[in-house]
Amino acid sequence: MANVSIRDVRKSFGATPVIRGVDVDIQDGEFVILVGPSGCGKSTLLRMIAGLEDITSGDIRIGSRVVNDVPPKDRDIAMVFQSYALYPHMTVAENMAFSLRLKGTSKEEQKRRVQEAAASLGLTPLLDRYPRQLSGGQRQRVAMGRAIVRDPQVFLFDEPLSNLDAKLRVSMRGEIKELHQRLKTTTVYVTHDQIEAMTMADKIVVMHDGVVEQVGAPLDLYDRPANRFVAGFIGSPAMNFIEGRLEENGLALRSGAILPLDMRPAVPIATMLTYGIRPEHLQIAPAGTPETIPATVSVIEPTGSDTTLIVKAEGGNLTVLLRERCALKYGEEIALKPVPFQAHLFDEAGRRIASS
Amino acid sequence: MTDWLSPEEWAAVRLSLKVALTAMAASLVPGILVAFLLERGRFWGRQALDVLVHLPLVLPPVVVGYVLLLGFGRRGPIGSVLAEQFGIVFAFRWTGAALACAIMGFPLLVRAVRLSIETVDRKLEDAAGTLGANPAWVFLVVTLPLIMPGIIAGMVLSFAKAMGEFGATITFVSNIPGETQTLPTAIYTLTQVPGGEAGALRLTLASIVISVGALLASEWLARRARRRFFA
Repeated sequence: MANVSIRDVRKSFGATPVIRGVDVDIQDGEFVILVGPSGCGKSTLLRMIAGLEDITSGDIRIGSRVVNDVPPKDRDIAMVFQSYALYPHMTVAENMAFSLRLKGTSKEEQKRRVQEAAASLGLTPLLDRYPRQLSGGQRQRVAMGRAIVRDPQVFLFDEPLSNLDAKLRVSMRGEIKELHQRLKTTTVYVTHDQIEAMTMADKIVVMHDGVVEQVGAPLDLYDRPANRFVAGFIGSPAMNFIEGRLEENGLALRSGAILPLDMRPAVPIATMLTYGIRPEHLQIAPAGTPETIPATVSVIEPTGSDTTLIVKAEGGNLTVLLRERCALKYGEEIALKPVPFQAHLFDEAGRRIASS
Repeated sequence: MTDWLSPEEWAAVRLSLKVALTAMAASLVPGILVAFLLERGRFWGRQALDVLVHLPLVLPPVVVGYVLLLGFGRRGPIGSVLAEQFGIVFAFRWTGAALACAIMGFPLLVRAVRLSIETVDRKLEDAAGTLGANPAWVFLVVTLPLIMPGIIAGMVLSFAKAMGEFGATITFVSNIPGETQTLPTAIYTLTQVPGGEAGALRLTLASIVISVGALLASEWLARRARRRFFA
């Protein structure tokens, strides 16, 4: 096992920069997830760690060794791909033994290690099959087994669950996490799905446009996003943003309503600010209640366990997540009351200036 | 059994097989290499190489034969060097017929291999790298088995083209019985002499038998190669 350190790494494809100076430290045994919208550079960064893309500038270290010019085969990593990348002309057992065969491990040892990994992944009855005879989830497991058998310093996962259906994705999420807890191998995992990131990671690296927006534990990012991008990206349904002007008595909204702030931010009066509030931190109040946001019910989505409400307010849509069932109707006039001490304020550059 | 064909006709059949198999075997490795260069390579002059490889497909075969005669003839710039330095002579030899056939079939081989390289998922090769394989191993253990159906198809096309090659062969190495007279040129010769129709018909049948045999063999090989993928 090893730590991975990424220092001021940059990457350009021709004249187009895709990674614009990234620093990330991954501790030995840590499960780190790179997350961001498509095109943010997360997969490119992972491929750079694997050695499948070269580095335009900066350093990547695995353990104490700078690996910038080390070919993938000598980096002691194993990568799991979104498309699984299983060899169609090899059986499950041959796929899993691939790295051992290259190392010249004895047949008995190959067999022993493949069977051990297969048993831990529930693949034992499938060892003689070919990949095309397997379901998506089984192929995913074989790809993981092939990586495990290599016994690498670092596991790299590139959107491994994106090709699976929703139900299987949830169960594989658990399996990968359980696997990491058992093997404790340093893991770097790329996904665009912030729920995967929240549920699996020790540490999340949020990327956007080739830079790191924030690094932190899942709940830290949720509770204390560094900026508007992270606030909007982490959390589902996403955080609501409302524009307003700072006044003595609170934030003046477009509708003329004044929202009280829990804490006076250190910026001049009349500064334009963005007020961010998560859907679960808005409560329903009767229309006309003071210090609330006037709104009109637009869509009601009951899921059984909770209800998502989309309302028209402040010139756009806001989302409200209610834990209890509600008797609201389409077009009803209501008011939204923020839960105290839960809102965030962002300045014009999008930086979070304080919890209100 | 052997008196089904006359000794001269047998010679033409044997020579055709020898020329076609030699042409196919000799162009196999260069063909795979060029297919890789054209499909994966990013180098100056790639377009020019692409055009050069495909020229025999679009030029009249006689033109290709004549260019070969100019280049590889005894007094040609390449032919004279090969003859003096290495004692290799192509002009009016069966080896020349094989060279002409190899060049005529080359674009077909390259195209078939190139198409199959295009369908190889690069992630499979990437994965092999991350699992500890060096590029040579990646090629041998991953890429080569995956493109095998394309290689087989390319070999059949190259062989078939060689069996039927006429214009380039007759222009470059003429039509010498026992040395450069292949099936097509022998059939052509027989149709030009009185009373040769029976011989032409026999050779035509021989040609059909060989072609069908080649097709069946390739089908069998391709099925063997594919079985592991799709069975």
